[in-house]
Parts: sequence; C-alpha cells; structure tokens
Amino acid sequence: MKKSVRSAGARLLFLALLLAGLSIARLHAQSPSDASFLASLGQLREVSFPDKETIIAQLAQSGHPSAQSALTALLEDRLYFRNDDQMVFLLKAPAADDATSLTLVDPVTLKDAGSAPVENLTKIGTNNHLRRVLQTTLARFRLSSPDAAVRLGAVHDIEQNLDEGNVKLLRERVAAETDSKVKAEISTSLAMADLDSPDAPVRLAAIAVLHKSLRQDVLNKLSGVAGTSDGGEGDSDPQVRAAAQSAVKSITRWRTMYSWCETLFFGLSLGSVLVLIAIGLAITFGVMGVINMAHGELMMLGAYTTYLVQVAMPNHGEISILVAIPAAFLVAALMGILIERTVIRFLYGRPLETLLATFGVSLILQQLVRSIFTALNRSVNTPNWMSGTLQVNDALSVTYNRLYIVIFTLLVFAALFVVLKRTRVGLEIRAVSQNRAMARAMGIRSEWVDALTFGLGSGIAGVAGVALSQLTNVNPNLGQSYIIDSFMVVVFGGVGNLWGAMVGGMSMGVVNQLLEPYAGAVLAKIFVLIVLILFIQTRPRGLFPPTGRSSENQ
Amino acid sequence: MNYRKTRIAGWLLAAGMAFTGLAMSSTAQAQDTIKVGVLHSLSGTMAISETTLKDTILMMIDEQNKKGGLLGKKLEAVVVDPASNWPLFAEKAQELLEKDKVAVVFGCWTSVSRKSVLPVFEKDNGLLFYPVQYEGEESSKNVIYTGAAPNQQAIPAVEYLMNEVGVKRWVLEGTDYVYPRTTNKILEAYLLAKGVKPEDISINYTPFGYSDWQARVAAIKKFGSAGKKTAVVSTINGDANVPFYKELGNQKISAQDIPVVAFSVGEEELSGLDAKPLVGHLAAWNYFESINTPTNKAFIEKWHTFIKNPKRTTNDPMEAHFIGFNLWVKAVQKAGTTDTEKVIAALPGLETPNLTGGIAKVLPNHHITKPVYIGEVRADGMFDVVWKTTGTVPGEAWSRYLPSDKDIVADWVTLKCGNYNKATKACSGQNYK
Repeated sequence: MKKSVRSAGARLLFLALLLAGLSIARLHAQSPSDASFLASLGQLREVSFPDKETIIAQLAQSGHPSAQSALTALLEDRLYFRNDDQMVFLLKAPAADDATSLTLVDPVTLKDAGSAPVENLTKIGTNNHLRRVLQTTLARFRLSSPDAAVRLGAVHDIEQNLDEGNVKLLRERVAAETDSKVKAEISTSLAMADLDSPDAPVRLAAIAVLHKSLRQDVLNKLSGVAGTSDGGEGDSDPQVRAAAQSAVKSITRWRTMYSWCETLFFGLSLGSVLVLIAIGLAITFGVMGVINMAHGELMMLGAYTTYLVQVAMPNHGEISILVAIPAAFLVAALMGILIERTVIRFLYGRPLETLLATFGVSLILQQLVRSIFTALNRSVNTPNWMSGTLQVNDALSVTYNRLYIVIFTLLVFAALFVVLKRTRVGLEIRAVSQNRAMARAMGIRSEWVDALTFGLGSGIAGVAGVALSQLTNVNPNLGQSYIIDSFMVVVFGGVGNLWGAMVGGMSMGVVNQLLEPYAGAVLAKIFVLIVLILFIQTRPRGLFPPTGRSSENQ
Repeated sequence: MNYRKTRIAGWLLAAGMAFTGLAMSSTAQAQDTIKVGVLHSLSGTMAISETTLKDTILMMIDEQNKKGGLLGKKLEAVVVDPASNWPLFAEKAQELLEKDKVAVVFGCWTSVSRKSVLPVFEKDNGLLFYPVQYEGEESSKNVIYTGAAPNQQAIPAVEYLMNEVGVKRWVLEGTDYVYPRTTNKILEAYLLAKGVKPEDISINYTPFGYSDWQARVAAIKKFGSAGKKTAVVSTINGDANVPFYKELGNQKISAQDIPVVAFSVGEEELSGLDAKPLVGHLAAWNYFESINTPTNKAFIEKWHTFIKNPKRTTNDPMEAHFIGFNLWVKAVQKAGTTDTEKVIAALPGLETPNLTGGIAKVLPNHHITKPVYIGEVRADGMFDVVWKTTGTVPGEAWSRYLPSDKDIVADWVTLKCGNYNKATKACSGQNYK
C-alpha cells in the first residue's frame, strides 16, 4: 500500500517540480537563493508526508531569511497555494470558518500580495508527525528569543529530538543563557544526552545532575542505565550503575508522593462539584424538607444560561462566564420561586407528593429545553484563563479548570454561610425552619421566607450549572446524571447541615478517586454506595445530625 | 403519507371521480406503491444521530420517485419511531413487517437495537439494511450490513498506527457495552498476534455519559510516558467524548504526544463542540465529508437542498444508507420483484459506486466492500485524510484474530449459512454462539 502511495508521490513530485519551474520562470527578477527557496516551497504542494519532511529540513537549513515565516505558516495551517497559477502564499491570518476571501502574503518578501477567493486556494496539509518535526525545527529559531518563557518552550520542543546537532545547539546556548529556569532545563537535557557518553566520569556527572529531576523521561532513561527497566542489563560500569540505581530510587519515591497528591486533588475537585450541587439541595431538602427532584434541572438551566450569555457576548469570551454566574443564579432562583409558588407550597408536609410533583416538573423542564434548544449538545467555550495546567513541578500538575472550581465552591460555600448566619434573611430562614409557628408569631412572613429559601437553594443550583458547563456536556439530560450523587451527599453529610454537605461531598469525592484506579469507574461507585448504605444503617442522620430543637420537628 | 394524499387528490381530480371512487382509488394506491420501512429513533438519546439517517432515506426515496419510481411503482416511506428503546425496536419492526408489509427496512444504529430486531426479521423473513459500523460476529440471511465490520475500520486503524506512526503501547478505552467490548476483544487478540506484550496494552471501560475524566486521562498520560510511543484506541461512544477530549486538552496531551483514534466520532459529533483542542486526533471511517470527489460533492449539495440547511454535515452512516438504498434498488430491478426471498438472492455480487470513489460490492456473507480512510481532525470539525487503503476491503463477519472464530465463515450463496464451521463442517444456524 505504502509503495504505491510513494510512487504516486514521486510522480506528483515530478509534476510539482515542473510547475515550480514554470512559476520561477515568471519571477526571473529574484536572486538564486530566492528561486531555490520558492522551488522547495512549490514542492510542498503535492508530495507525500515523508517527502515533505525532507523538504522541511532543506528549508530550515537553507538559511533563507523567510524560511522561519514559511515554516511557521505551514505549522499554523497558513501555507496555501493558488489553484489557477500554483503559486504558494502565506495567509496573513488563519482562515476563518465563514471567510470568502483570504489576504495573501508573498512568501519571499513577506509583503502583502493582495487577496484571493477561498475556492481558488488550497491548503498545504500537515499531519501529526510533520507538526512535531516543524515544532522541533522552529524551536531552534526560538532558542534565541528575548522572552525566557519562549526559550523554555523551545528547549522543551528540542528535547523531543536530542540528535547531535540539537545537543550542539543546546551546549552553545547554555553558556549564554541567563534565566535560571531555562538554564536548568538545558542542563537536564544535556545530562540526558551525556548518559550516552562513552566516558564513565561524564555519565556519573550526568547522573548527579539528573538526581534532582522529577521527569518521567529522565526516570525512564536512568532505569535503562540502572538496569531496572525490563530486559536491560544496565551500564557496564558498576559505579555508574549504582549511582543510577540510587537516583532511580529517589526519583521514584518523590514521584509516588506527588502522585498521591494528584489523586487527592482529583478527589477534592470531584468532591467540590458534588458539594456545589449538594449545598443547594441541603437548603431545599435540609432546611425545608422538600425533596426537589427538579434540582438537577435547575442546574441544567444554569448551564444553558451560561451558553446564552456566551452567545450574547461573542466578543467577550474571556469574561462571559463571570457574567453568567449572577445570571444563572437569577434564572434558576426565579424558576425555583415559580415552582415553589405554583406547586410545592400546596404540598408542604407531604413528602411523597412533593417528590412526584417535582419529578413531573423536572420532566417538563427537560422537554421545554429540548423543544427550544433541541437535544443536541451546546458547546460552552472554556476561557483561556481556565484552560491548561498549572505545572507545580515535573511530577505534579493541576488543571486550571478544576482548580478554579475548587476555589469557586469554597467561595460559594462561604457566601452562603454568611447569608445564613449573618443576614436578616438568613435569620428568618433559620427561624422558620426551626419553629414555623413561633416565627410567624414574631411577625415573620413565613410564606415569603419559604419562597425565598427555595429561591436561594435553586439559585445555587444554577450557579453549580455554570461550573458544570465547564466540565460536561450541556444538554437537556445534564441534571439527571448528578441528582442521585447530590442526594447521596446530603444524606451522608446530615440533613440540613452545610458543613455536612461539605465534608460529605469532599470525602465521597476522595474515596471515589482513590478506588477508581483499582476498581474501575463502575465498581468504585458501587462500592461507595454500599459503604454509604452501611453508614446510614449505623448513623441514620448522617455525619452531622441536626441537634437541638429543630431536630425534634423532623 | 403526505405525498400519497396529494397523489390521491390529483388522481381524483384528473379522473373527476366522486366519493365512491375514493375507496377504490386508495385500494388501488396501496397496490401501486412499494413500501419502504424506516426504523430509526426520532426521540430519546439516539435521536441526534438517527434522525439524520431517516432524512437520508427520505431523500433517496424522493429522488427515486422523481426518476419514475421502481418497477413502474412509486416508493412510499413508512416511518416509525422506536424512541431509542431497544425492545420497542422489535415491536416496531414487527409492525412494519406484518402490518405495513414493507418490502425492505432501513434502520437501527446501536448494536443492541439490531440484536433486538434480528429475531423478528428472521421470523418474518424481512430484509434489513444496517448502516453503522459494528463489532461483527454476526451474519444473518435477512440483514445486509452496509457499515464497516471490524476489519474495515478498527484493524486498519491499528495497522496505520503501528506501521506509519510507530505506536508500541496501546490504551483501549471504551464505553461499557457490547460494541466496545467485542471490538476490543478482537483488537487485543490482533495486537497480541502482532507481538505486542500484554503489559503494553491497557484496557478500560467507563459508563455511558461518563464526564469525570481527570483520573483516567492522568492514567493514560502516565501509561504513555514509559518511553514508548503510545496511542489511544477509543470506542468511547456518544456524549462522553466531549469531556474526554476537553480533559486531554487541559492536561496538555496533544495528538503529537498520544494520538487518539476514534471509531465513533464523526462530523456530526464534532459539529456540537469546539474542535480546536482536538486538532490532529484521528478517526477511522469509510467516508469523510471532506473527500473531494464529484459524486460526494453532488451528494452533499443534494443533502443541503433536501434538508434546507447548508451547514448540515454528512457522515459515514449516511453514505452507508446511500449505498444500501442503491443496492436494494438494483436488486429489485434484477429480481423484477420486491419479494424478499428473491431480492436477498439477487443481492450478493451486486455493485454500486461509493461516494468517495471505488465500488461497493455485496459479498456472500452479506457485508460489502469498503475503502478505509484515516483522517486527522481539523480546527473546523472536518477531517483531513492522512492515509487510505489502496483499494476496497471486503467485510469479514467473523474475525480471523479470535481463536474461537477462525474456522467460522458466513456464506449465503453456496453454504446458505451465516455461521459455518469449516473444521466441523457444521452450520450452527442463527445461534451466533
């Protein structure tokens, strides 16, 4: 199969060369190096991927002043050729989805070269392997960038391919490097290269440098030297082997510790999602005693609000999610108050009926959303500041979206706590939930307080929906997948107790994540459920049972 | 349906008949049309994917009728909604075959729905065209499998990664149900046969709609950092894909580090999400919308006109229905009747062009020949083809890599059996083990 692709490629190569020759003939005013540069670019049009790799290497070594721009354009999908005259151009900006005409840049002079309609342009394609090659190639240009962060990235890219030329390049760079981080990174790479040195003292010195590293590729390489990896005999020199073995041991120990930290963080982040969902429920279910099966749908409304806010502010993608938080709170809270006023208030004290009625409401809300937005997933974009990872060190990294959600949960929790304990509304809510008759006697409009409480719990569900829109699919079934978990958290933590929801949610998240690698996602969940059932048998009121007068009412 | 009514009206007008004529005309009408059953979920979780297929068949019928119908009769679609409910699929199939007496059914998406209707089609001797890639291990007299068998999608994709990308370590990640489990069983057997060590294969299943991918992706990252090129072969189905790819992007696993090749992610699935973090990840299919052939261009244009939305994508199962419908039309023309027994007998050996070039031919095992393409995701949610098979690949019902299946063949022309054991020379009928 490959052979015939190659031979077709060869034929096309010939054709491309011919055409390239034609286009050069028309550009006779250019210097010879420009001509060969253009010819190489011309070849890129139709050749196979392996042939493109050779051409990229040629271009990089040509030393032509425009080579970097051309290769960058190829990497960024901005290298095109015009169908009618087969001339290669760079695009000024990446092609937008709905663009009809694209602005061109001359590949040699890098000056504007007019524009052309999309139909007349064909992109010069790349594949994963080529993009990797391009990145490594371009990294050499970036190694002398004035920005330390760019240089660090360049070193990372070069490390992927530690051949002789790159090692030499790094050796030259390390002397001139001023930034300590970049310098350390280069030293590690050079030490990795030194491990292959024929001199035992050089290898020993390299191991001494690598001893402090936490990187997995360093560990792999050292294991090879130490003879601990599968099938390897290790280094011929016993001293080097012993040093490598001790380095492997130390690196492994640190990595294991950090991997526990990572699991703990995963648990806390899963837990914080559960907490976020459960604290809303802790209010409606806990404080008011209403089993609200539509809680998940209120979260879904929050997630759809996030989507709508994003659509409404197309040019402010970075902050639309911040606007979505109060918007989602309001939408869900108003819907919650509507449900309370129209359905639930007639059913207080009849938990079974409330359960069925709110289940009905949840179906209505789902179908409503399905009719308006269709059943297709809506894509909520993640702003740039929420994507990517926070690299704590080489062994531990934390994704930003999860980190922000943990922080966000703590903030919402704190805010809710303040509202309940420090404000007049909170006081009234607590008063009504503890002793309705007495509260009414004191002049509190308990009907209003009921509606407000339900609105508050629902609003927090909406806010949880904003967080979920960053983690999962926004579709009409969003709420269903979380409702069971959140009820579990509330029951486990103790009905009506915010601290219970907090501790319950976090511990369930951590236990789940600890079990998952060993038992798989399904078994881990089953196990958590069984433990919960057993726990409820011994402590039917959860971790933090309600105490004092309010417990007597329940 | 709708046009039937208008036709009745037109007929009435032309003949100038009164009420008495109505009864006569409608009975005459019933004999005048050939009924085509469409068995796709129009509600429930599968509606997203299956509604498109219903529309595809309606478009094909519409077009055939414009060409003058079939055997001098018009085609009439009978659309039912099994509502993503597997037992309901069997009920609706029975209704189509016994009550509406349809000549043929185009339908089903999930393997479980196909397994549910299979006994009905075999009992009533119906004919089903099944348009979706599936796990194989089946060949029924009454089903034509126009989607890919594992050797037309999964095996070539793994071959590509092994030979062209140099992958040495494999993560088989799937959703927990019959299609991923069977496919992974075949892939594992294939990889072991190719000399991959058992410790270099990691198999994991997650439930439908799974969204908390952080730990799984971290585990994949760890598995992939052992110094050998690693790839993920994903049979993750449906919604769970979106958070999975998002998490890959967040944990900075690019397609260059650990490519993910997916068997259930196509243009339709990508249209609902931001494809930028996915750029370079792979999909293996027998059709891509981006493949530039005149037939494909014409098909896409026809689809946009029919559905009245120039942004709608086309996908692999749609092409399978396109092929299936054309094959059925040819078989009916060849047999000169819509009688299922004769149409089924006429089908093997028939050929029709694919949308992307090459010829689809019905094989004696009721599968078809298909070209295989590997595409890399582009930022706009389309695919760039990076590799393809030179010709078409014949579909194999039973995998040669599973030890239990290596003697089993399906042949409905000479052996008249979907499960024939070459070693024991026995046909175990429709039990499929």
